[in-house]
Amino acid sequence: MAVFNLNVNGKTHQVDVDPSTPVLWVLRDHLNLLGTKYGCGVAQCGACTIHLDGKAVRSCITFVDSVGDKQITTIEGLSEDGDHLVQQAWLEQDVAQCGYCQSGQIMSAAALLNENPHPSDEEIETAMNGNICRCGTYLRIKEAIKTASKV
Amino acid sequence: MTLVKTTYNRRSFLKSSLAAGGGLMIGFSWLASACSVNTPKELTIPDEWFEINAYLKIGENGVVTIFSPNPEIGQNVKTSMPMIVAEELDVDWKNVLVEQAPLDTVKYTRQLAGGSDSIRTTWSALRMAGATARTMLREAAAKAWNVSVEEVTSETGVLMHEGSGKKAGYGEFASVAAQVAVPEKVDLKELDDFSIVGTSRKNVDGMGIVTGKPLFGLDYKVDGMLYAMLIHPPAFGMKLKSFDPDEVKSMPGIKDVFTLKTFNDDYKRQWSDTISFNEQVVIIGNSTWEVWNAKLMLNVEWELSAESKISMAGWGNDYEVNVPAGLESTFGHIAKMKEMAKKPGEIVRRDGNPEEEFKNAARVIERTYTAPFLAHSPMEPMNFFADVKADSAVVVGPIQSPEYMGKSVAERLGLPLDKVEVQMTRMGGGFGRRLYGHFGVEAAVISQKMKAPVKLIYTREDEMTAGIYRPMYHAVYRAALDTDNNLTAFHVKMGGIPENALHANRFPAGALDNYLAESWETDSNISVGAMRAPGSNFNAAAEQSFLDELAEEMGVDPIQFRLDLLKRAQENPVGENNDYDASRYAGVLEMVREKSGWNQAAEGKSRGVAAYFCHRSYAAQVVDLVMENGEPKVEKVYNAIDCGIVVNPDAAVNMVEGSVVDGIGTAMYGELTFSEGQPDQNNFDGYRLIRYTEAPKKIDVHFVENNIHPTGLGEPPYPPVMAALANAMYKATGTRYYHQPFIKNSFD
Repeated sequence: MAVFNLNVNGKTHQVDVDPSTPVLWVLRDHLNLLGTKYGCGVAQCGACTIHLDGKAVRSCITFVDSVGDKQITTIEGLSEDGDHLVQQAWLEQDVAQCGYCQSGQIMSAAALLNENPHPSDEEIETAMNGNICRCGTYLRIKEAIKTASKV
Repeated sequence: MTLVKTTYNRRSFLKSSLAAGGGLMIGFSWLASACSVNTPKELTIPDEWFEINAYLKIGENGVVTIFSPNPEIGQNVKTSMPMIVAEELDVDWKNVLVEQAPLDTVKYTRQLAGGSDSIRTTWSALRMAGATARTMLREAAAKAWNVSVEEVTSETGVLMHEGSGKKAGYGEFASVAAQVAVPEKVDLKELDDFSIVGTSRKNVDGMGIVTGKPLFGLDYKVDGMLYAMLIHPPAFGMKLKSFDPDEVKSMPGIKDVFTLKTFNDDYKRQWSDTISFNEQVVIIGNSTWEVWNAKLMLNVEWELSAESKISMAGWGNDYEVNVPAGLESTFGHIAKMKEMAKKPGEIVRRDGNPEEEFKNAARVIERTYTAPFLAHSPMEPMNFFADVKADSAVVVGPIQSPEYMGKSVAERLGLPLDKVEVQMTRMGGGFGRRLYGHFGVEAAVISQKMKAPVKLIYTREDEMTAGIYRPMYHAVYRAALDTDNNLTAFHVKMGGIPENALHANRFPAGALDNYLAESWETDSNISVGAMRAPGSNFNAAAEQSFLDELAEEMGVDPIQFRLDLLKRAQENPVGENNDYDASRYAGVLEMVREKSGWNQAAEGKSRGVAAYFCHRSYAAQVVDLVMENGEPKVEKVYNAIDCGIVVNPDAAVNMVEGSVVDGIGTAMYGELTFSEGQPDQNNFDGYRLIRYTEAPKKIDVHFVENNIHPTGLGEPPYPPVMAALANAMYKATGTRYYHQPFIKNSFD
């Protein structure tokens, strides 16, 4: 066990955990930030996507001792009231079916639009290909990303 | 208005303090999900609620809370069911809050997510709940205004008396209405007067989902909750021999390690009690990662299990399931299927004299179709919460069959059924996997032993390798043609390991004078269960590919070929036991022919068509694609669907889009194989699910407009698209796709 000071959504949190603990489980079990989801644990589905200094990473294979003073942003920290452009676009397109993968999808989409504000269809597909939606809402997600990119 | 008797489930209209309070809510996440998440900023929460019946309560300011009775798995019933109540209550949808109801078999009708049956089986009860409340509000106003109830009308949450010009919001009369006796008769709206049902309303959990609120089972937490994980045998045909708990008991955060028996040996299992490994090792600790680490460290020895029999309490009669010994492999399954297909099967339906017609045929066309085992793989792995006390228990989590889980938990804990409370969280998918609620029983047994609240979590690997799969299927289709290329007889022999898929009384049965359907099954120790459109998901893929090839052999258009058969089935059906309505079946084919411009060539694209009937609904699809590097690039999928009244059109379109993506993914990539009893895939690196680059570019959805009461939608568009895809791929490549997954297209 070791003590880590993590910067999550603009606040510093102290946790005492095994250094090999994935950030996913630190967020969920220790910080009660439950919006980041467990889907596969091996970086294959993207449900656990967070931002580390603004870049999309899979929190299930990001170990707590590798974070240092980097800024972690989770779905809870993306906006105050769900008013981030991407979240609003998701609501406008009424994307979700079961909804479980969507916080990871939104975090991947937000990171994509940070780097590339006007992606083409192909760029969206390539950037999002690591996020699985088992319900098959891919077309709506693409529409939502295009909606957000037009704002 | 139509005056109807309130005979439908009158028990629902009795007062229920449980539902009014939203159940015995515990834990912060549940409260969060039940209230604040779905409250729009502009809505003022009432100071006081007045319970009208088990489905709704009204605040003094006119805001209404509607309880959605059924489990929400992504089919969007948490929005569409309350829409039906709100329609008959006659309120502004903007003033409606929605809460998930707990399990209550007395107050509600069939709280189950399965068979695409949520809306169909509750449609009348939901309408009645809204209409009854509206009548009670009118009666309350009539009494206060000293007029007859017939003279009191309503308009979107406002009660009115035309003669005196009196008006009042529902909120003003809610407290009085709550005391009014349940009326003997109520008015139901005419379907043409609907203003909520049939209009698109957004997902009531939408904001909660996009802001990451703890809506799901895995998110449910209470103070002092322990985390538990299981270790199951690595292969089917194996069982626990021994393990050494001491080496992990001292690991940080670990509370206990012991053997868990899910069901007692003398217990007669329900249909929903399917389980692969009844004895497992459980590790309990303070956090997920600590338990996971201990799970990886624990040394467990396994041994081969002997053949066994499991007692099942069936529908009406008890029966036994044989579980053979041995370590099964995919190559063995393939050999077994080939052997079984050569033997006579059980004749399920026989019309005319098919054997004679095959003997006399000028030509016989015979094709074999297969599909592998599949893992459901919902994005949220199995999990459940349990808090078991000496004389009561609460279980909370994602479950498609809460009523049956409640029974199994009560039986296992030795508690009366009414001492087990079941609460439903939103589910991160299910696809049938969450019909089998052994994980709730497991969580309850662990909590009982630990005397603490417990959350049981399956890892993805646990889930993918612990069974309850879609069975492996095999079908041989044969057609007899005369010298003029007329179809004179049709024969299907279908089987599965360990369960069959045959729907013998569906099209083309009823359209053919000489028809034979045979089935077979063969035992396996690999456990199986229902997966999205069970049986149909293979039937449609195989039969609709065969019909396409048959039409080509006969030199007729594949849509016209089906329509001609359906015309026969409609005008002069063969046999009396035909499941489908031939005119509605033809209707979706005609619609998709028109919408896709079938009779004009799609430039540069290869097209395929298929149609199917299941869950009382009809779906026809046309796929347009080009092939690149052996994989299809699907440009467009046209859908024509007849599921009766569409409650929430945009959400219904979403459901069809998802089914199409899922169907293409299943047919192209889905496959679980076995070596020496062990699944060869245990996560999404090996088990391939469809991704963005493989999904269709565009999906067009058209619904047949009619006033038929709603039928299924979550499943019917899923099966036929597999065949439409195969038929289009044939047009592009000249190769027929007989064997799923199509990326392999082999059965050797």
